[in-house]
Amino acid sequence: MDILSSFNYWVVVILMMIGFYIIIANNNLIKKIIGINIFQTSIFIMFISMGKVIDGTAPILTESSTLYSSPLPHVLILTAIVVGISTTALGLAIIIRIHTAFGTIEDDKIQQEIK
Amino acid sequence: MISSQLPALQVVLPLAAAPLCILFHNRTFAWLLMVFVSLASFGISCALFNQVLAENAITYAMGGWVAPWGIEYYIDKLTTYMLLIVNGIAVLVSLGARESVENEISSDRIYLFYTAFLLNLTGLLGVIITGDAFNLFVFIEIASLSSYAIISLGKDKRCLYAAFRYLVYGTVGASFILISVGLLYVVTGTLNIADLSQQLVNAENTATITTAFVFFVIGIAIKAAIFPMHLWLPDAYTYSPSIVSTFLAGTTTKVFIYVLIRFIYSLYGYEFSFFHESFDNLLMIAACGAILYGSYRAIKQDSLKRLLAYSSIAQIGYMILGIALITELGLAASLIHIFNHAFIKVGLFLAVTAIIYSYGTDSIERLAGMAKTSPFTFVLFLISGLSIIGVPLTSGFISKWYLIKASLEAGYWGLIVIIVFSSVLAIIYIGRVIETAYFKPEATNTASFNNKKMPHLLFLSLFIFCFINIYLGIETSLNVDMAFQIAHELINK
Repeated sequence: MDILSSFNYWVVVILMMIGFYIIIANNNLIKKIIGINIFQTSIFIMFISMGKVIDGTAPILTESSTLYSSPLPHVLILTAIVVGISTTALGLAIIIRIHTAFGTIEDDKIQQEIK
Repeated sequence: MISSQLPALQVVLPLAAAPLCILFHNRTFAWLLMVFVSLASFGISCALFNQVLAENAITYAMGGWVAPWGIEYYIDKLTTYMLLIVNGIAVLVSLGARESVENEISSDRIYLFYTAFLLNLTGLLGVIITGDAFNLFVFIEIASLSSYAIISLGKDKRCLYAAFRYLVYGTVGASFILISVGLLYVVTGTLNIADLSQQLVNAENTATITTAFVFFVIGIAIKAAIFPMHLWLPDAYTYSPSIVSTFLAGTTTKVFIYVLIRFIYSLYGYEFSFFHESFDNLLMIAACGAILYGSYRAIKQDSLKRLLAYSSIAQIGYMILGIALITELGLAASLIHIFNHAFIKVGLFLAVTAIIYSYGTDSIERLAGMAKTSPFTFVLFLISGLSIIGVPLTSGFISKWYLIKASLEAGYWGLIVIIVFSSVLAIIYIGRVIETAYFKPEATNTASFNNKKMPHLLFLSLFIFCFINIYLGIETSLNVDMAFQIAHELINK
């Protein structure tokens, strides 16, 4: 199996690591949320990729085809996107309140103030 | 027939009640609704319990779509056991919540607090009752998102940062669970947990299955605050409003440990789980680490809530220890401890809620001599405290007894030393509070306290928790027999 045949999955892994790195290493809270978004997007790509059946068409009942891609991962990912958006919205809302309360959204400065 | 719709009602009732709180925009109404809904929900779980005793296991096809295509709710003894814990705590906590919530959350946000509280209850009940792996993820996120929201409602600004940190950790954990569900779907083509477990028996043991297992365990470990993935917990419990820490301490982590048990025993089967990659050794190291680290850190805290949070980390260690022993007795001990610790810890946190309500502080140093001014609060704190140490005639003794018995049976002598040592540490951290409150001279500047009397309903619910603590320490048949039956069924599946 060469790299190209599993190209999607390489993209997934690389995106996931980029997102994860931002979550861990970045000092800015909004950028952390962006990192979470990239991380989640990579999972969405993983789900969509695995729903694809080679030579399968879109899952619409027609007479011209008998092989369909699996529609279920798409449905799951629609739900997961909604969950992701809620998380982002809640995270940003908390960041706004953190900004009003602490006057900064830098991780280290907030930690200093707490101590 | 309404009785056949009970599994759906269990989740739908709090879910439907949540928006009502926003519509009516009235804090007293919201509180009454919360109490009423949790009572009704408790009633439903009792009815389900009776049904399960008669029929062994109930499956409910959501919307009439039969499994494995539709979403299935699966209720067996373990499910009802957990439903009873969560609903019982929800009833008692919401009963005593009113005054404390009005004291600690700004008044224009109280109805929103109850909305999020109801959603949190929905999520937790859904996690317990669902038989579908993806549905599990969705309910986990409903429970988690609402708990981030209620943690951030406190007046202390540090709760915002605690909520944000919990959000980051929690989302990473949930995403790991999502990855795991995806990988399992690739291998088996199904999301139904019962169906998954059958497909996995036939499936080849590929790296994909193992990877899915690892992702799931790490994801759940973050959510359940299993050492060393516990970093979000102390801040979240310390800075959130007291009622929130009370409810979360009693339910959230236990529900996620339930998910871990479900996953190990019902989905993968314990042969797979434990005889690969020496998973049981890893769990045991994590458990021992949690017990020692949690108890050690608890000793040095000045904030009572923080002390209890670290003690929670140690107690989660006990629950994991029981699972890691891979014996029927060990699993039963773990289940008993989940039940007992839920009520012990909520009792302790409610006592702290009462202390914060009366004195506006949870700093141990400032409680010097306070046992004279509010004797009831401290007696009830003492009872739950003795229970967490594991003194005979309290429920904490029963679960530690079974844990020690299970470790002996499995041949781990070292574990007994750790359990006893941790109990000694518990004597120190609970003893410090008791000593300060009872034996130290009263501080002279008590005028700064807004010395309010404990509300009657809070007292009532605190009293019931302490009563349960002692009752379960004397009359054990209620939960111990049940736990043994569940453990027997899970191991011999």
